[in-house]
Amino acid sequence: MDLESLYQEIILDHYKHPRGRGLREPFGAEVHHVNPTCGDELTVRVAIEGDVVTDISYDGQGCSISQASASVMFEQLVGHPITADLAVADEFLALMQSRGNLEPNEDLLGDAIAFAGVAKYPARVKCALLGWMAWKDAVSQAVDRESPEVTR
Amino acid sequence: MTAVHAPLTGLLDVDQVAADFPILSRTVRGGNRLVYLDSGATSQKPLAVLDAERGFYTQHNAAVHRGAHLLAEEATDAYEDARAAIASFLGAQPRELVFTKNATEALNLVSYAFSNATAKAAHGRALPPLAERFILRPGDEIVVTEMEHHANLVPWQEVCDKTGAVLRWLSVDEDGRLDLDHPEHGLSSVLNDRTRVVALTHQSNVLGTVNPVARIALAAHAVGAIVVLDSCQAVPHLPVDVHELGVDFVAFSGHKMLGPSGIGVLWGRYDLLESMPPFLSGGSMIEIVKMEGSTFAAPPQRFEAGVPMAAQAVGLGAAVRYLEALTSADGSHAGMAAVAAHEHALTSYALESLSEISGLRIVGPSSGEDRGSAVSFVLEGIHAHDVGQVLDDRGVEVRVGHHCAWPLHRRFGIAATTRATFYVYNGTRDVDDLVSAVRYAQTFFGVA
Repeated sequence: MDLESLYQEIILDHYKHPRGRGLREPFGAEVHHVNPTCGDELTVRVAIEGDVVTDISYDGQGCSISQASASVMFEQLVGHPITADLAVADEFLALMQSRGNLEPNEDLLGDAIAFAGVAKYPARVKCALLGWMAWKDAVSQAVDRESPEVTR
Repeated sequence: MTAVHAPLTGLLDVDQVAADFPILSRTVRGGNRLVYLDSGATSQKPLAVLDAERGFYTQHNAAVHRGAHLLAEEATDAYEDARAAIASFLGAQPRELVFTKNATEALNLVSYAFSNATAKAAHGRALPPLAERFILRPGDEIVVTEMEHHANLVPWQEVCDKTGAVLRWLSVDEDGRLDLDHPEHGLSSVLNDRTRVVALTHQSNVLGTVNPVARIALAAHAVGAIVVLDSCQAVPHLPVDVHELGVDFVAFSGHKMLGPSGIGVLWGRYDLLESMPPFLSGGSMIEIVKMEGSTFAAPPQRFEAGVPMAAQAVGLGAAVRYLEALTSADGSHAGMAAVAAHEHALTSYALESLSEISGLRIVGPSSGEDRGSAVSFVLEGIHAHDVGQVLDDRGVEVRVGHHCAWPLHRRFGIAATTRATFYVYNGTRDVDDLVSAVRYAQTFFGVA
């Protein structure tokens, strides 16, 4: 295991040139998640229309892994049905918790597969998951808020 | 580019000391030599400590302060001998020392004395004589500092929430010293006749700052406050005489001073310990137990409920003896004075070496005066987590994050720092490896 396999080019590129960063309107829900062990913070907003995630906007501060992970998440999840995104997020979570013992599904993960090396560093797994867990929280709140209108 | 350093004096013979610590001869990631610079979090343990614990278990193990058989006697003697050795190390009497699980518990023991006394008084229940000193009323004030470890901050916030007391604090200046003349958060603006507790750190676990404890204690006592000192980062590193400090309570942990985990110490002025209600209650802290109610043993037993951590106490006793036996390589200092001289020289060397790195900013005093060996820094363009990762790849083990001092980091407008801490087994070679690894991190992330 070496540093290059942890800090893949894709990760460093997303860290230096984050995609979709900054908080935007409109949004269905906003959450603020922190990693209490290191103080990293991320605010995530999710906008949905029907069953599609139309925007994810985020802002925060943290290490390269946490910030790049949020940027990759933006690219992978925006514009897709919620159910498909949840499948990607679950696969990402499984990959992160695998300690490197899982053959990742590249079709599902796309660029997020670059984080496979993080799974071998347990102390960094929370960094990689910060944005994704915040997104999952925000999307479920957004759906909850929208569902009364759907059933009306 | 390497600056010429002034020759260092007062160092320990690091190779000789390191030979007592088996873990230091192992390799880490990539087959690298272990450069352990995280003793501020926990120190490594010398064979003398491990042997003492093992010796207790292989020869004397029994439940302390219970039973009349031979092993119980020997175990009790070993436990009380450790208390006496640690007390002597601190210039204290054995009965002034309470063994706790760690420093956090020691600080909670004091903070709970306040909330428990307040709660019992509210119901007119029995309290020890002179316990009024621990009863808080809404509007009473507790003073901490902005540089506290969460262990000496959160317990006081809890006391405030339970009693209606108000938390106030002394602020930290740009150089990482307490700003005692600050117009709003300085000594004379914060202390007043409602101040009941002043709780502060002896030495900051992030900045390395050694606080002017005597001056603050004097001012606190002048308004009748009780002074609680978190000495976690001081007792392992400096000669400490608890009576000379002029404070009322001192808390520290064993595992940061070569001792085992699972043991901490609270030293307290005996008259105060006597007037405190118990913290944890149960077996062996009692005097008489009836179904209608109980009375409690005198300190320190009043605060040592349950079967205590005897092997850990014995291990800490051995750690104290180990520290007392150290001498400077040049024979100039002995015991804790040698430890302090060694760390002072090494810290000055580290501050000089690190300050040569462009883009590196030390968070804390930039000179070695009144400063311990915690050296925290930020690197422009690289988050501390990433710095730590690259250092780890080189075998350099440091702490990254807010080091349980989140408000302090917020005060400096930063989320996290990289912290190197030095101890008796670290030498200039470790500092050189740190510096080289930091430069490598800059190259790796393209910010050199």
